[in-house]
Amino acid sequence: MTLSTATAAHYQNLKFDYVKPIEITQSTASTHPVIIVGAGPVGLSCAIDLARQGVQVVLLDDDNCLSVGSRALCFAKRTLEIFDRLGCGEQVVNKGIAWNVGKVFFKDDPVYTFNLLPEQGHQRPAFVNLQQYYVEGYLYECATQYPQLDLRWKSKVVALEQNESGAKLTVETPDGSYTISAQYVIAADGSRSSVRNLMGLESKGRVFRDRFLIADVKMQADFPTERWFWFDPPFHPNQSVLLHREPDDVWRIDFQLGWDADPEIEKTPEKVIPRVQALLGADVKFTLEWVSVYTFACMRMDKFQHGRVLFAGDAAHGVSPFGARGANSGVQDADNLCWKLAMVLKGQAPQVLLSTYGDEREFAADENILNSTRATDFITPKSKISQLFRDAVLDLSKHHPFARRLVNSGRLSLPSTYSHSVLNTPDQDLFAGAMCPGAPLVDAPVRLQQKDTWLLPQCGEKFSVLVFTDEQSVGEEIEKDMQSMPDIECLVISKAALKLKSTLCLQDHQGLLSARLDAQANTTYFIRPDQHVAARWRSFDVSSIQQAWRTATAQ
Amino acid sequence: MSILNKEPNFANPDDFYEALIDMHKDLSEEQSHKVNARLILLLANHIGDLSILRTAMSDALVDL
Repeated sequence: MTLSTATAAHYQNLKFDYVKPIEITQSTASTHPVIIVGAGPVGLSCAIDLARQGVQVVLLDDDNCLSVGSRALCFAKRTLEIFDRLGCGEQVVNKGIAWNVGKVFFKDDPVYTFNLLPEQGHQRPAFVNLQQYYVEGYLYECATQYPQLDLRWKSKVVALEQNESGAKLTVETPDGSYTISAQYVIAADGSRSSVRNLMGLESKGRVFRDRFLIADVKMQADFPTERWFWFDPPFHPNQSVLLHREPDDVWRIDFQLGWDADPEIEKTPEKVIPRVQALLGADVKFTLEWVSVYTFACMRMDKFQHGRVLFAGDAAHGVSPFGARGANSGVQDADNLCWKLAMVLKGQAPQVLLSTYGDEREFAADENILNSTRATDFITPKSKISQLFRDAVLDLSKHHPFARRLVNSGRLSLPSTYSHSVLNTPDQDLFAGAMCPGAPLVDAPVRLQQKDTWLLPQCGEKFSVLVFTDEQSVGEEIEKDMQSMPDIECLVISKAALKLKSTLCLQDHQGLLSARLDAQANTTYFIRPDQHVAARWRSFDVSSIQQAWRTATAQ
Repeated sequence: MSILNKEPNFANPDDFYEALIDMHKDLSEEQSHKVNARLILLLANHIGDLSILRTAMSDALVDL
């Protein structure tokens, strides 16, 4: 049985083999380029991304199994696009439950419906729901394909010291402890990050005084594949409830409990089953898959980079779950960090490029924290007057479109546009639309060698240049000019495919790509390895591209 | 125009809502009532047109 066809039970029981590390059997003192702490979705994404770029990685995890429980569950379009690049997007999408539509109810009544991907012409849906252990399993399977990726289970970091050229970690294993050195450390070891604690650092912010119950139940049900959110429903008065579909006939029900609820008592089947039954009706048969009671905080570290140690995912920032901004933003941290780290390690960019990881992702964390704080304040009003306004909005939303925009059951994860990044080349030419420097490149259907495909899988990992032209002779000149920049992938885009020797020719047969990028003849986009726009012009000019490349690599 | 606009009209609805709730932070219930009344009067004067205000009043009375 391969992992990709394995069942949930298999994943939940999987124990990975601990191998006695070479440092314990023989005294070696080698320095690794990168050590990653934590083999969750973020650590695994970092490890695969770096390995793909030829960087040797050691990945340490203090445990030897995958995520317990469905946890993260909602994987956003942008994360799926990153998984596509890392090699497991198709598996995640095939196994997962795709959804675009959310419905909001107040008491008994539906008040608001939203569609997170209202237009056609995107490879990936707005969201896929998939239990975290599957996602980690697929990432793990990808990771094992790279000999330069050394994954070590049951390896707990217990000490860390660093100087200007690297860090030394003490790792505890079942066979005793050893020390290991690296030029850089990525701490992706979760909200209770041991690396953060060992370094005496803090993640600070607002702790919410509320408790929530997750009940994953297995049942045959005919709810549509949508996100359903209730404010003050008759079956769970004065609190909120969220319903999500998962693969394997599992449904997640998230009940708000209030601060005074006792987490130990609320976890017992005697308490959980009546709550679920109240929602589903007395006749519906179900079994409990996983139950958890949680609290949350919106917080982040002041800085994500501390010398040679870079923090990513929950170790660096935390959000409330309403908005699916936890794991998604963590994978986007990995996407932002790894191309920069690989370039620095290979001597292709100065070390200062890494400081833009902090700048860009701290900005993104603030955006995620703002959105999730606002959603939480709407869902759990903190005062009588706040509750009064919340209920007034919900009442008005039944009849008036303006009020529906104010209803906030979670603003769901969208990638950040790094509009103020120093890596951007500001626009000199006039453009319309959202694809400004710093924006994540939008997807569109294209044809490659007469076959239907999508834009995003054609770029990323390297810098790319997208040039729009319908002239064969212009295409040939571009191909010739781009030969001076072998590290940059060139894509020529036209209404009818051009024929060029060594350049990718994409056909924008539906015209959607040109429309989404506000492209005209000779419009040129310069795209970073993480698929964010770095620069754009109304004409193709080699020296402008070279200058933009220097800017985007902090040179 | 003398029609009450009930279509979305905020550039950023969440910014507005946060400002509204923040305005009441640390106020007693009595103070909040006072502030709400003042806010309604300020906005009503800005609108000026009594027929619009009457429509808003009757919409606000629905579903009590």
